[in-house]
Amino acid sequence: MQEAIGRAGTPINGGSAQSGSRVMVEARAVSKHFGSGEQVVKALDAVSVGIREGEFFTLLGPSGCGKTTLLRLIAGFEHPTAGAILLDGADISGLPPFRRPVNTVFQSYALFPHLTVAENIGFGLEMLGRPKAEIAETVAEMLQMVRMEAMRDRQTSQLSGGQQQRVALARALAPRPKVLLLDEPLSALDLKLRKEMQVELKRLQTETGITFVFVTHDQGEALAMSDRIAVMSEGNVLQVGSPTEIYEHPADHFVASFIGETNFLTAAVEGVDGGQVRLRLGGTLEVRAGLPDGMAPGPSVTVVVRPEHLRIADRDAGEGLPATVSDVVYLGTDTHYHLRLAGGEELFARVQNRPEGGEAWRVGDAVSAGFPPAAVRVLRD
Amino acid sequence: MAERAAGRPVPGRPFSVRRIPGFAGIAAVSFVLLYAPIVTLVVYSFNAGDSIALWEGLSLRWFAAAWANEQVQEATVRSLVVAASASAIATAVSTMAALGTTRTAPFPGSMAIYALINQPLMVPEIVTAVALLIVFAMIKISTGYSGLGYLIAAHAAFCVPFAYLPIRARLEGMDLSYEVAAADLYATPWQTFRRITLPLLSPGIVAGAMLAFVISLDDVVITEFVKSAGQDTLPTYMLGQLRRAVTPEVNAISTALLAVTVVLLSAFFVLNRQRR
Ligand SMILES: Nc1ncnc2c1ncn2[C@@H]1O[C@H](COP(=O)(O)OP(=O)(O)O)[C@@H](O)[C@H]1O
Ligand SMILES: [Mg+2]
Repeated sequence: MQEAIGRAGTPINGGSAQSGSRVMVEARAVSKHFGSGEQVVKALDAVSVGIREGEFFTLLGPSGCGKTTLLRLIAGFEHPTAGAILLDGADISGLPPFRRPVNTVFQSYALFPHLTVAENIGFGLEMLGRPKAEIAETVAEMLQMVRMEAMRDRQTSQLSGGQQQRVALARALAPRPKVLLLDEPLSALDLKLRKEMQVELKRLQTETGITFVFVTHDQGEALAMSDRIAVMSEGNVLQVGSPTEIYEHPADHFVASFIGETNFLTAAVEGVDGGQVRLRLGGTLEVRAGLPDGMAPGPSVTVVVRPEHLRIADRDAGEGLPATVSDVVYLGTDTHYHLRLAGGEELFARVQNRPEGGEAWRVGDAVSAGFPPAAVRVLRD
Repeated sequence: MAERAAGRPVPGRPFSVRRIPGFAGIAAVSFVLLYAPIVTLVVYSFNAGDSIALWEGLSLRWFAAAWANEQVQEATVRSLVVAASASAIATAVSTMAALGTTRTAPFPGSMAIYALINQPLMVPEIVTAVALLIVFAMIKISTGYSGLGYLIAAHAAFCVPFAYLPIRARLEGMDLSYEVAAADLYATPWQTFRRITLPLLSPGIVAGAMLAFVISLDDVVITEFVKSAGQDTLPTYMLGQLRRAVTPEVNAISTALLAVTVVLLSAFFVLNRQRR
């Protein structure tokens, strides 16, 4: 009754955090619909994604895009309308949550109010029928790992939010699951604690080597913590990749605008040779850029340029796009310039402030907005 | 000032019923009507004389008399046996009913079931009493059994809504996330129930059981109809006594019953106030 499939596993300490290439969790064309008839909500629409063993994998997307639903499908609290969930190669779609070697850190923590900290942490192992001595040992180990040794006999209601978070983590890690699921675990914490816990979570993941699937709508958090990110929107996975890939090579308009800030520009296509495309921007500026795999561009394409890649120069000195400064916001580390191009398009440039000062432009200045060719990314339509 | 005296709301202050003229007087009269008879009853239970209306000095004489009265002893034991059994049955049934109506997916007819469970609160007690009398008479004839079972069954039936309501209220206030978390941590549905749902629900169960116990303990109407000869409970024994010579012994029994009820109901409120 108790035996979840192959739970033995990941050494809790000293395991290397190298992401292997073995797929630990796989969603195969998973759809999840709620309701029926006219009111059907397609929370997930044929989502396929593979999460590798030992990686810190993040589901990132705006509220309502289906992140929690995907997590609940992996945990077993929901069952797919179509498709399958595989864990370590085995189809677990039909298994109830208590048979899946997967644990969850809930957004509300859901610590059992009638049990002490230690009893909470030991609960999973107790349900698995582990010997008392083993449970006590693991609980002690977990308490130490989340630095909560002093709290072992407290009631959970006596803990602060950050402490409850640590207990919830320890409780979910104690049974040494193959996968740890975390649903926006940091969103209830204040900013300072959130930053601390980001580091803490990353450390725990590295120390345990357990595959983490982390849900957040905060792109900064996702970039800072993840080995790989899946960007989701309206029940679809739009792009999966490392933070660098996602930020520097966004697959489409949504990903480009959701991750960081960016400028969208329309460019005329002058010619295509191989994987490269010759583009004309603002009627004047010619650049060459790489094409996304297999893309056959039409007469015009959308390109993105990140604000930190824009360089502002005097109008006659620069060889970029002619522009006028429309707004300047000084932010200490950076200064933000809003520029208007001749064609009426808006650009946003972020310039790092330097100790020696350097040029500062004022509203109304005629400038030139340039960028290295490598900063231009062509988006799929 | 005149406006305020007329009880109209003063701008910026909510309307308060306490500013209606005569409010305090009505409240005082109500309290006197409620409690003066009870105070009189309790005071006269300590009367040294034979009268329930003529004070002749302080004594525990009637408590001693009641204590020594074999009929009172028997009726007391019977009352306690019936109340304990009936409240135990009603609590078990109510717990299952509350779980069935809050811890499952909404199903068609769940509102009707809710109404059916609470039916004893709505149907006049005398109707239930007559109905039970008739049905139990039929069963008595066909089986020959005439024990305490009928009383226990009848009490259990009308105690169900009293046990059900606090248990259901507790369950509704209980976040489902604990049960989800337990399932996530390898607890089977039964283990989840035993280790999470039941302990968290226990204040509601205890409260429901105590309420059912008190309700059963002082029932007269249904008991009077359902009991066989020689099956008096304390309240029906007292009713029988009142038809004959009235002595402060009845006051003494009432005072004792009142004490038990007050203690149990106070415990009920304390438990109910314990949130979490
Ligand atoms: N139990 C449910 N019943 C009906 N609709 C649901 C249910 N759970 C989620 N949804 C809907 O599915 C969509 C995705 O929800 P969710 O996975 O919670 O999004 P996210 O976690 O990304 O904010 C939303 O439109 C939501 O309203
Ligand atoms: Mg969510």
